[in-house]
Order: sequence, then structure tokens, then C-alpha cells
Amino acid sequence: MSNAYASHGEGDFSASVKSYLVGFVLSVVLTGIPFWSVMTHQFDHMTTLWVVVITALVQIVVHLKYFLHLDFSKEGRINTFSFLFTALIIVMVVGLSVWIIYAANELMM
Amino acid sequence: MSIAIQADLHVAHAADHHDDHHDTSGNTLFGFWIYLMTDCILFASVFATYAVLFMNTDGGVSGKDIFELDFVLIETAALLVSSITYGFAMICARHQKKAATLGWLLITFALGCVFIAMEVYEFHHLIEHGNGPDRSAFLSAFFALVGMHGLHVTAGLIWMLIMMVEVLKTGLTNRSITRLSCLSLFWHFLDIVWVCVFTVVYLLGVL
Repeated sequence: MSNAYASHGEGDFSASVKSYLVGFVLSVVLTGIPFWSVMTHQFDHMTTLWVVVITALVQIVVHLKYFLHLDFSKEGRINTFSFLFTALIIVMVVGLSVWIIYAANELMM
Repeated sequence: MSIAIQADLHVAHAADHHDDHHDTSGNTLFGFWIYLMTDCILFASVFATYAVLFMNTDGGVSGKDIFELDFVLIETAALLVSSITYGFAMICARHQKKAATLGWLLITFALGCVFIAMEVYEFHHLIEHGNGPDRSAFLSAFFALVGMHGLHVTAGLIWMLIMMVEVLKTGLTNRSITRLSCLSLFWHFLDIVWVCVFTVVYLLGVL
């Protein structure tokens, strides 16, 4: 349905709505799981940590796909690649800062 | 699955065939996307700052003491629902349904206001109890990160208000649809940042 938005048909209308609804339902589930696991202390500390981190990462992908509609189609590729490049920079900025400072903290102990 | 940015472009292109000289909405949206990517890096820097400073509470409160998850859950719900209502506004705009677009924009605006009101209440509550940004490095980083997201949402709300006036006055022209598409990217982007905020700050904070 890559060109569907250009038409103004009703079928296209419900398809767009459906795409947003799928994204929304997935987001609700992916928000509910980490809040539930932290608030009810369902699992031990490490398991909860992984549940929270993984659901957050999946939810980001869901938002990118269903709300921002990033994909690898010919027209959409440049947006996706600019995002992936940014993600690389973010991993470096956040990951390396945290690594350096925590390593420094340990050395100061 | 088509790409919203491109889909938005496509509509703008299709309607722009009458005058090929002003076919710039594609550039506008791509440029705005690049701006959002730089904004991502700004947020990432502040997240890194928070990750480095959050343990330095200077004998004061830590995340465990001040975060209330049920409160944050309502904030999250408001923002998440506002994301889909904005999506509906965007779909209606592409189909030239002016009244429906305005209605969804109004609902989105109201939900955004709920979010901001709750955040202002939280900040006010913290400062009133002596836990302002000047108390410790943890609280400075907390106020900087959550406050920056809040300022972005506030800017989005002002933008949305202006767009509602524009749509009301001039209707759904190519220009207003391009602008609504930019705001759509901005609004969904802020929701993604909020996912990171509630995960890193609130959930991992009380864990």
C-alpha cells in the first residue's frame, strides 16, 4: 500500500486507521508489561531489569514502524538510514560516557 | 507499509502538480526529520548526564523515595493516547475532513495539557518539599531531563494551537498539511523520548 495515501478512498482510510490501532495496542501492551512487573515485584531484580529494557526497545521499534512509518522502501530509506546513523551516534555518546565515568568511579573507590 | 513522511509528501506532491515550482514539501519534511535527529542527540546527551549523575544524591532523596509509578502511568497513558489521536487527525487531514481533523487535534491538545499539568504538579510538589534541582546532582539531572522533554511537549502544544487556528481559517491546504505532517513527526518523536524517560528514570529508578 505504498502509494495508498495518495488516493482518498475509504479502504485506504480504514487501512491507515488500522495501522495506527495496531501500533497503539502493541504500545499499550509494551507499556503495561514493564509497569506491571516493576509495580508488583513480579520477578527478581535482574529479570525485571531485562523485562523493562527489552520492552522499551521493542516499543521504540513499534513507534518507529507504526507511528513514524519508518521502513526500507525506496522512498523511505533515507529517513531510516538517517535515523540508524543517529542511533549509532547515540549509542556512542551514551554508552561510552557511561562506560568512562563508571570505570573512573571504580578507580576512585 | 508506507512511510508517513513519504505518504505526506505524496499527498503534497499529488496536489502540487498544478504548480511544479513550489514542490518543496518533501524537502521540508526531510529537513524537519534531520532536525529531529539532532534533537535526538541533544536528548541522548542529557540522558548520558542523568545516567552519570543519578547516584549522586548528596544524602538527599533518591528515585525510590520520590517517584510514584501510578502517577507516571497516567502521564504515560495521556501521552500515548495523544499519539494515536494525532495519528487520526493526520489521517483525517489527508482525506480533507476538516471538522474531524480539528476535533482530533483538540483531543490531542487536551491530552497534552493533561500531561504537562501533571508534570508541573510533580515538579511543584518536589520543589515544595525541598527537593528542587538545587538539592543534589541527581535532582539537577532529573529536572534537566524531564524538564527538557516537558518544554518540547509545551512547544508542541503551542504549535498545535497555531495549527488549529490555521486549519480553521484557511482549511486543509497543502501548506497546512505539510506543517501538520512536521508536527506529527515531532509529536510521535516526543512519545518515543518519553518511552526512554519512563524506562530509564522512573522504572529503573524505583527498581
